[in-house]
Amino acid sequence: MAHIRLDNVTKKFGLHAAVDGLTLDIADGEFFVLLGPTGAGKTTTLRLIAGLEKPDDGKIEIADQDVHQWSASERDVALVFQYYSLYPRYTVRQNLAFPLKSNARNCSQAEIDERIARAAKTLRIGHLLERKTDRLSGGEMQRVSIGRAIVREPRAFLMDEPLSNLDAKLRESLRAELKELQMKLKSTFLFVTHDQIEAMSMGDKVGILNEGKIVQVGTPYEIYNKPKNIFVASFVGSPSINLMPAELANGHVTALSGKLKIVAPRSKTNGAVTIGIRSEDITVGPKEQVAAHIHDVENHGVEKIVTLRVDDQFFKATAPSSLELKIDGTVKFSFNPDKLHFFDAASGASRA
Amino acid sequence: MAVVTSSRKKAFNRVAIVSILLITLIFLSPLYWIGTTAFKPRSLATTVPPTVLFQPEITPFIKLLTKRVQLTKAYDPAIYAASPWYEQRIYDGGERILRVGPNIQLSQYPNRFMNSLIIAIISTIIAVSMGTITAYGFSRFKMAGEADLLFFVLSTRMLPPIVVAIPMYLMYRVVGLNDTHIGLIILYTAFNLSFSVWLMKGFMDEIPKEYEEAALVDGYTRLQAFFKIVLPEAVTGIAATAVFCFITAWNEYAFALMMTNRRAQTAPPFIPSQIGSGLTDWTVIASGTFLFLLPVAIFTFALRKHLLRGVTFGAIRK
Ligand SMILES: Nc1ncnc2c1ncn2[C@@H]1O[C@H](COP(=O)(O)OP(=O)(O)OP(=O)(O)O)[C@@H](O)[C@H]1O
Ligand SMILES: [Mg+2]
Repeated sequence: MAHIRLDNVTKKFGLHAAVDGLTLDIADGEFFVLLGPTGAGKTTTLRLIAGLEKPDDGKIEIADQDVHQWSASERDVALVFQYYSLYPRYTVRQNLAFPLKSNARNCSQAEIDERIARAAKTLRIGHLLERKTDRLSGGEMQRVSIGRAIVREPRAFLMDEPLSNLDAKLRESLRAELKELQMKLKSTFLFVTHDQIEAMSMGDKVGILNEGKIVQVGTPYEIYNKPKNIFVASFVGSPSINLMPAELANGHVTALSGKLKIVAPRSKTNGAVTIGIRSEDITVGPKEQVAAHIHDVENHGVEKIVTLRVDDQFFKATAPSSLELKIDGTVKFSFNPDKLHFFDAASGASRA
Repeated sequence: MAVVTSSRKKAFNRVAIVSILLITLIFLSPLYWIGTTAFKPRSLATTVPPTVLFQPEITPFIKLLTKRVQLTKAYDPAIYAASPWYEQRIYDGGERILRVGPNIQLSQYPNRFMNSLIIAIISTIIAVSMGTITAYGFSRFKMAGEADLLFFVLSTRMLPPIVVAIPMYLMYRVVGLNDTHIGLIILYTAFNLSFSVWLMKGFMDEIPKEYEEAALVDGYTRLQAFFKIVLPEAVTGIAATAVFCFITAWNEYAFALMMTNRRAQTAPPFIPSQIGSGLTDWTVIASGTFLFLLPVAIFTFALRKHLLRGVTFGAIRK
């Protein structure tokens, strides 16, 4: 169990800063998800915490101790790698036993057997123990990789997109299992992903990383409903948030070349803005305000995602699957004024 | 149209197969000569056309391994009957094995063969271990001038070795390494090292660095991770490199000829030195060559499983 703190940490590769003045505070026993697009510096952050890279600047603390001088083996954190974490010439059992046989831990054989049995039961890999790891399916491999981490009973778990190579179904079930595991072990988890659904569904807290910098940290609710800027708003949510230019004046916001006019909160300053609205906050139906051309309809079972067009502006709305919608037809829609997001037109920062 | 192409293709295939067979035959004919002559009676060794069917015998090998002298006295059936079978074979040829007291005198061949083994094995072990460690360093750690250093390592192979033979000879004479095992071991190690570094670097690059990093995070030191994880993964590369180094060291002729003459002489310069001016016994030469070919064949055969993956130089990924 441990509290992890990064204070203004910078790591450069050549001139390029992969992690740039990163400050992060992960509470003991928290499931923290680091979410960011590819190349954001997620892996680098984990490697810095694990001790595989040394920061050029800044401080890293694990359990309130500065670990700068500590080698990777002394830090007592487990790292589940994005790729290649298992040794192909070992069996699953040997892979699980490997961390326990190090001088740092020096477990007795009885204890090794016991820990492996316990981990195998938790991850339901008991039947695979004697198999070589190159004979495992992707999902089984991921479980064993996670198993290699949990047998150690480390102070913290660092996981680098452990579910990324799995099919959707398996990913969903492992997601639930991991979350359950964390609740059971009550240890600190730092989970890295570029999949926003994974982040939102698993994290107690989510940190959004972009170009080596933390953009926003918050609960999934905060990230989704109070995005700090356009980057965060468009990174989370599927389909992604609709963004369009608008004009704020005298308590009204005007968009879609004047066709749409909504009452805006008084506090907003006048001027050009970018408004954002999520598809589920657009209502489609015969009794709504503004007419739009139906450009495309995707059937998702429970609901339909309909792409609407007003003049040159496209946006997506969610409609109940019972609603009859024809491509190239017309339909009326309205925006839920309470769910409107306002961003600065120039900087993209939230104007909340 | 399709028919024409396919029949043309077939004809081409036939021609290709026949030419390959022919080339193979030409390449294998010296081997055939060695393999058969080593077991022929002396009288059949140089017949024209070559004798294909004959009763193979072991006499050339007995001659190869022993010191012999011409019989000076007349053939004596009593001595013949009292001799062991291998001496009888020599007796048949009008010679006897030289003895000092009761001890059979061995020829120089076993000694030269041992020299070859010692020098080739030790220099291979050193070249491969040094190459493995160096390649690991190059592969895993960033260092200033990495590419230049690697190129420098390679550049030691650019000069034809024979160019440096004379200066090397003079230097060796000064430091007293002439005709010593250590002298040749150093020479062959140096000669193989650049090759070993480059080959091993390719194999090391193929091993994901995550393997060791996982071990580091799991509480192992870098050295432990190297021995426990990297070495077993690199075994294919090590085997391939070892075979190449061994073959180079085993077959080397020019330096061995120049740098050694007695104590540390290896088999390659020794075998041709046995070809006299007049009455050369080709069966003995052939048997010497035959034995000389065996270690490389055995070594390569023993490591064939690794070589099959190794010689593709990592073209096949796991
Ligand atoms: N060893 C390295 N040498 C040079 N540049 C590196 C190195 N490791 C990472 N980088 C660079 O640092 C940046 C961040 O890389 P990082 O691997 O942390 O991204 P990531 O967020 O994990 O991406 P992904 O989702 O693709 O795994 C990238 O631009 C990458 O090219
Ligand atoms: Mg990554």
